[in-house]
Parts: sequence; C-alpha cells; structure tokens
Amino acid sequence: MSAPNPTDSNMTPHALHFMPSVGFRARAKDVVENPFLRQSFRGAMDFLMSKRAAQFPDPEELESLRDLGERIRQYNLAKLPELLVQLETNLTRNGIQVHWAETPEEANAIILGICQKHAAQLMVKGKSMVSEEIELNHAAEAAGIGALESDMGEYIVQLAHEKPSHIIMPAIHKTKEQIAKLFHENVPGVEYTDNVDALIQIGRQVLREKFEIADIGLSGVNFAVAETGTLCLVENEGNGRMCTTAPPVHIAITGIEKIVEKLEHVPPLLSLLTRSATGQNISTYFNMISSPRKPGEKDGPGEVHLVLLDNGRSQAYADEQLRKTLQCIRCGACMNHCPVYTRIGGHAYGTTYPGPIGKIISPHMLGLEATANMATASSLCGACGEVCPVRIPIPELLVRLREESFTAPHANPAMRGQGAGYNALTSAIWRGWAAVYGSPALYRTVSWLGSRFRWLMPRKQAGWTSVRTPLQPAPKRLRDLIKERP
Amino acid sequence: MHSRSAYPTDVYFFATCVVDQFFPGAGMDAITLLERQGIRVHFPEEQTCCGQPAYSSGFPDEARKVAALQLTLFPNDWPVVVPSGSCAGMMKHHYPTLFANDPARKAAAEKLSTRVYELTQFLVEVLNFKPEDCGSDCTVVLHTSCSARREMGVHLTGRKLLGDLDKVRVAQQDHESECCGFGGTFSVKQPEISGAMVEDKVKALKATGAERVVSADCGCLMNILGHAAWKDQQEGRTTPSLPGEHIATFLLRRTAKENAQ
Repeated sequence: MSAPNPTDSNMTPHALHFMPSVGFRARAKDVVENPFLRQSFRGAMDFLMSKRAAQFPDPEELESLRDLGERIRQYNLAKLPELLVQLETNLTRNGIQVHWAETPEEANAIILGICQKHAAQLMVKGKSMVSEEIELNHAAEAAGIGALESDMGEYIVQLAHEKPSHIIMPAIHKTKEQIAKLFHENVPGVEYTDNVDALIQIGRQVLREKFEIADIGLSGVNFAVAETGTLCLVENEGNGRMCTTAPPVHIAITGIEKIVEKLEHVPPLLSLLTRSATGQNISTYFNMISSPRKPGEKDGPGEVHLVLLDNGRSQAYADEQLRKTLQCIRCGACMNHCPVYTRIGGHAYGTTYPGPIGKIISPHMLGLEATANMATASSLCGACGEVCPVRIPIPELLVRLREESFTAPHANPAMRGQGAGYNALTSAIWRGWAAVYGSPALYRTVSWLGSRFRWLMPRKQAGWTSVRTPLQPAPKRLRDLIKERP
Repeated sequence: MHSRSAYPTDVYFFATCVVDQFFPGAGMDAITLLERQGIRVHFPEEQTCCGQPAYSSGFPDEARKVAALQLTLFPNDWPVVVPSGSCAGMMKHHYPTLFANDPARKAAAEKLSTRVYELTQFLVEVLNFKPEDCGSDCTVVLHTSCSARREMGVHLTGRKLLGDLDKVRVAQQDHESECCGFGGTFSVKQPEISGAMVEDKVKALKATGAERVVSADCGCLMNILGHAAWKDQQEGRTTPSLPGEHIATFLLRRTAKENAQ
C-alpha cells in the first residue's frame, strides 16, 4: 500500500448509512431528561474512573508510560505504509491469508465470501468494534448467515437489537433487571432471574453450544505485529480464545492503523490499554495468533484470515495533525472521563464509536456531511486529552474539525465533506465579530453602547437562558472604572 | 526575558473582554491587589479580546485578526497578568500555533507566551504573595476552570491563596475537576448538555454548604451564577442560594483591613 493521498479515490463519498448529526440534540435531550439514565451513567463512569486511578498511583510513572505509548504509536504510524507490507509478508509466510478492504462494503464482501466458500451457517464473534463499524451482523443476516456475539456485553446488546453504547462496556446502559427480562424473553426455557451470576451462567451455556457448532470464528485485533506476523487479542471472558481456536476458520478484522513493527512495542501498549480501559493490571486473556493449526497440534482453526480495513483512515493519515487520531488504542478512557458522554451515554452520538474518540474518528469514516455538528458537542474541557494513554490531543483535533466543518468549502480539502456545516450568516457574524474586536476604536464604541444600552439586552438569549438568567453588560466597563479612579 | 526570581516593578494587565464588559469589579480588584504588592499596573487601552471565542468555534482567521492586535500591546518586557486561566491559556499556548505560518507574529507570540501569567499563578509563583486574613470565619468553595487546570496547570495556586487565609475554610465539592459546562459557544450550541453539566455543578457546589463560590475565571462564574440565579427564580427564592465572585474580589476583601467582614 502506498502512502495515502487525499486526492485519490478514498476521498470519493460512498453511501452514507445514517446521519449522526441529524437528531443529535434531540437524542441527547432524551437522556439528559431521564434521571435514571443520568444517574446510572454517572455511577458507571465514576466506577471506571476510580478503577483507572487506582492503577496509576504514581503520576510520574503514568506520564512516562504515556510518553512511551505516544512515541511507539507515532513511530509506527510514521512507518505505516512499509509496516503494512511487512505485516502482509510475514502473515502470509505464517499461513495467514491477508485481505485489503477500502470500504465497509468491501470488508463485508470479503468476510461473507470466506463464509460462503465454507458453506458456513453460523459465525461466532468475539468483541470487535471494527465489525460494528462495517455492520457485519446486518450483512451476514442478509446473506443468510447467523452471526452470534459471544462477548457477554455484546450478546446482551445483540439480544436487544441495539448497538454498543461504549466501546469497552457495550451494555453499560442496561440494568440487571433489563438484562434479566431480555434473557427471559429471548432465550428458550429461561425463567426470569436478576441474579447476575445466574445470568452469566445462562449466557455461557448458550454460547458454549454455539462455539462447538460454529463454522467461522470472528475476532478483532488489538495489535498486529509486523516483524513476526502476529495478531494480538486482549479479552477477559475467554470467548475470544474460543472464537479463535474452536471453529475451523478464524477471520480477524482490524483497521490499518493497529499495527506495530516490533513485538517489544506490545507490552507498554498492553499495559496502558488494560489499565486505562478497565483498570486492570492485565486482562484475563491475552491471545497471540501466529498461524493456523499446524500438523500435530490439537486445536486451532485450519484457516486464518486477516481483513485490513481503511474506511477513511487513510484520509486522517494524510494530514499531519489529523493523523494523531490514529494513535488510538481503543481503551475508552476518554469516554469514561468525558462530562458529555457521562451525561448522554453512547447511543445519543449515533455513531459506532461514541464519546471523544468517536467525535474525532467518525468524520473520517462517515464524512463531515454526516458528522459536521458532532465536534460542537464538547466544552473543550480537556479531560479526554488528560487521560488519553497515547496523548492524542483530542481537544485540539475537535477545534480543527470545527474549522473543517464550518469554514467555507475550498479546493483540495483535507477531509471529505469539508465545509459541510458552512453557513453564510454564521460566517458573516464571525467576520463582524473580528472586525469589532480587531479594532480598538470599534470595540470601544460597541462595548460602550453595550453598557449604555444594557437594558436592551433580550430576556431570552438562545440556548443560554433555558437554564440561566440573561446576560447583561455591567453599567460601566473596566476601562471606565479605571478612568474614574481618584 | 522576564525572570521569575526578580520581583517585578511593572506588569501589564490584560483584563479579557468578559471582565471588561461583564465583571469590571473583578478587574478593578485584581488591579488593586497587584498594586498593593507595590507593582505598577499598566492597562493597554487598545486591548479587546484574546480571540478564543473564534478560535475554539473553528474560525481561526477571525481569531488571528483579533489576536494579532493583542500581540502589539505589550512592548515592554513586563509580565502580562490575566485574571482568567482560559484567556491566559489562549495567549500562552495557542497564539504560537495560531501564527505558525506567519514568522514575524509567531516570534512575537512565542516571546509573549513566556510572559503570560494567570492572576493566581502570578500572585503565588512570582510575587510569593501570602494573604493575611482580616475577615471573620467563613466557608467558601473554589471552582477552577478547565483551562486553568489542564492547559495552564495552575489549579493549585488559587487553592494555595485561599489556604493561606486563616479563617477561611475551603469546602470540597463532589467531582471537583469536572467542567461546569460553559465552554463558550458550547453553552449555546448544545444547551441541553451544557445545561445538564451546570445543573450538576451547581448542585455539587451547594451541597458543600459553602457560603459562596469563588473562581479565577469569569466565564465559569457567568455560567454557574447564571444557573444558580435562574434556579432561585424558578423556586421563588429572593436571596441568592449560591453567591459568588472572582477570587481577586474575595482576596481583596479578606485582606483589606478597613472593610474586613
């Protein structure tokens, strides 16, 4: 793969599945006005924040590990085109078949093609956000292939016909009572119980049978190691290991950015990932997949495939600043610490990836036409950037995306849909603002008028006065008070 | 280059547009506080705004136009003291990148960047100011802006100043480091989310039982006090349930012997 060029074919818009920007405010309002959900998200995020904090008692160790994480990710992104070639070479040598997909449609076609070749009827899936990104379950269903989520959270979300509301905790928006009801109504022969251990046992029994009969196991990838041709998979439930060893065929799917050159790059990133995500020193399982089953081995799939997906990543890659988006290792800490995510939860965003990382990665996947307003849903408080284990400057990227969205469309844009949120009136207002605040004389006049005619300020001020008293300039400005000093 | 070890004789005061137009009293009190430490305070008349509203809304050209004006206002090598972590953060951290493609202004911005101080930072780190408390017992709660905390890294200096006041107890609010929901145009573009954030913030501040909230950022105060007053109106209260003021005003009153409360 050559280094992406923003003017090549990856910039041509493909079909938009949905417009997350549309209805965002209404969806957010629904959650904000639901005291139960508000409290439940707050409690869950507080829990995750305290778990992470407990993992990093030494701020110096944390900061030096974050520095290392950032350096590793930037080093590998800088070499991405050649590392992808090296990865393909080494995977192929190990007997793993490599496929390239530019769009979700291509990725689905590749995966379903493999399924059809094996006359597959059932695919069991380990947790994979990229498979959510391409909406694989829908595509499989349309092709008559069963796709069953085997991560407990994903299984719950699938039973409820929903999308994950968090990239690490897919069912964080559900109570145990709601889950009990889902199991009772959807799993044959299950009595209602809200005992969490009992619910987990029910899920395990259902899944155990499916692992035995599944034709295909699908998984994501946390790190793909170029020098060894190894796929690393982090998980806690053992379902990832089942999906990648029990069925006769294993298909892994990942974004092209999840690559590291050396095996030695993995431990620091793994440590940052599990400690930032779930506050675990190490996950319960860490799988390293280097080949299909070899002669004499007792388990493992006969065939292993890797699908490498672009889906807008090369657009982010082509711009020095936007490239930092791709440093992400998908820990979800930015969500857990985000005051906006905490208020509205994941579904309100309308994108596969919610929260701060969702706001900066989704525009590359879906185009700014569909996501122009998402970057405005941030107070730029910086909590996300403060905890990001690989130091992605998320607030800075949000400001950049606002610029790409709202300034007038121009030639050779860095992003698909540049200027999609452009509004002539808004732009004129900002030009007027700059004219006033860029001129001492005009500012003096306008601010004087503001204080002189302060009583003319409207009682209703757009969104401000929905929960606040109106703003009114002081009777005298600071510059007036200074002049009046004795 | 300004040196931290030398006690400055003169400083520039960059008031910010919010203080100039909405909180002039806080600006006067900050100036008086600095003067009491034996410093000559210079207020460049031509100052307007740091440019942050346009910058953070995605209009960098407009921000540059306004920032370029401010760059010309501080010719002497004196510290520039700003009674806001947010505006200080804009000048210190974003001016140099804003002018990345304009070598002359970039150099000026980088030079200015080393001289910009948030007020409480300046009082503590440069002046080593230790306020002497002349007031009576009281409990306050301190709200620190996100920019002061995460961009300027000066969230401890305001706390230190309040801690030096013998008779002031500083209450600890729940979720202290969480944003109040202001975020400039965010509060107008996403009123539902911003409203939920300020609602939770005001609840947490009130739950401490503190008599008042103090902050070194007027943007946050506008948001927090605006919501508290709205809630008072809604619930028919005639006296404010959460009064508040800029930390400069509070410090000046506590240290002024003639009008000690």
